[in-house]
Amino acid sequence: MIRISNVQKAFGSVIVLKGIDLTVEKGELVCLIGASGSGKSTLLQCINGLEPIQGGEILVDGISVHDPKTDINKLRCKLGIVFQQYNAFPHLTALENVALAPRVVAKRSRAEARALAQKHLEHVGLGDKGDSLPSQLSGGQQQRLAIARALAMEPSYMLFDEVTSALDPELVGEVLETMRLLKSEGMTMVVVTHDINFARESADRVAFLCQGEVCEIGTAEEVIDHPRKEQTQKFLRRENRKPLEIVRSSVA
Amino acid sequence: MQFQFANQGLAWSDAYFLAQGLLNTVRLAAAATLVGTLAGIVLGWLRTVSVTVRIATAPFIDILRSVPMIIQLILANSLLSILGFGASPFWFGTVALGAWMSAVTAEVVRAGLLSVPAQYRRSARSLGMNGYQELLYISMPLAFRTALAPWIGLVLSLIKDSALAGVVGYIEYMRSTQILITRTHETWLLLMGAGLFYFLICYPVSRYSRHLERKVRV
Repeated sequence: MIRISNVQKAFGSVIVLKGIDLTVEKGELVCLIGASGSGKSTLLQCINGLEPIQGGEILVDGISVHDPKTDINKLRCKLGIVFQQYNAFPHLTALENVALAPRVVAKRSRAEARALAQKHLEHVGLGDKGDSLPSQLSGGQQQRLAIARALAMEPSYMLFDEVTSALDPELVGEVLETMRLLKSEGMTMVVVTHDINFARESADRVAFLCQGEVCEIGTAEEVIDHPRKEQTQKFLRRENRKPLEIVRSSVA
Repeated sequence: MQFQFANQGLAWSDAYFLAQGLLNTVRLAAAATLVGTLAGIVLGWLRTVSVTVRIATAPFIDILRSVPMIIQLILANSLLSILGFGASPFWFGTVALGAWMSAVTAEVVRAGLLSVPAQYRRSARSLGMNGYQELLYISMPLAFRTALAPWIGLVLSLIKDSALAGVVGYIEYMRSTQILITRTHETWLLLMGAGLFYFLICYPVSRYSRHLERKVRV
């Protein structure tokens, strides 16, 4: 269980998170939606300690992420994260990308790590790409590689930070498919996304973040289909407008 | 009657003398490259992680990079002699050239490390790697690719600058050539020969680096 209580975060004088409370139960898929700059990605990076916080507490399975006494590297093995920019290590092949952390962090033998990596590459549909360098893979394949790399540490939680935002539209499907697969296997996931349709169909709960606070939270049906708060309604109206309509309205 | 040397012309024994000088050049360049590169890697890394070290070592780097090698050699030689280090000219040369190499390598290493995009380091840390594992498996290999070509340039510079080590009394290739020129006045022949052999040392280094760059290109 991830328990986020009253988390505050500022970059210098800019306050990004103003006291966030959120609990993610085991096996749950929680989507974080909200406008750019609402603090969704920052919150996600606070969860695995990549960003320090100025107040509040984040507990992962009862262990405080930002406690200096916590072995953060050990805790991070429980928390896989996938970024918007795929960040596959460019000097390693796909298989080596996935096998690296199991070998050097989890101290598995070379052969064991490679076997594990192959298993996870197959899991995301890249079983035949083990010898390819990231530069030889498409954006969608690189993103699936990043998912396999995170999964190879056998985490209890997966965090997704706008993983489809940098992809060409025709490559989005394969990545979402992989995420649905994980969901069907019971993985606990926190997903920051702009993809309202994905949130509607896959999320157990949706949290709408607005100006550093959780503005509205509930099931997808509650938040997306019947939003109660005005900010949520406004945000969803904007998101739901088709790109063509935006072009039309700006031309007209 | 004019005074003359006993044997003025070039003899086969001179070839042996030159070969020894050539060997000394290779030894000096290799030792200074090794010492300077190892020190430079440590120094460059420290300069990326610590502001204090960066400020403290800035004068060392700037002076060594900006003062001509021949002046550095003479000053280092005088200073070490005054301080009473009775070391051989080989060690004087190695220390002076190695110090220069460490300063310039440090900057190449620092630039290489800074060129590694932060997102890769973040990804590595997010997988549970600690700072040293990240440095060893991600930053260093990526920095190596960026730094390789400029570093090879430094090695070539160093090989050529080692020709100045004659001023501290080390009989390297250039010095032995000069000695023979003084005796035989075969300036053209000997200098052409010297140039050719410097080329023969440097060219394989630059060829090999090109091969290596192609191999590790990302």
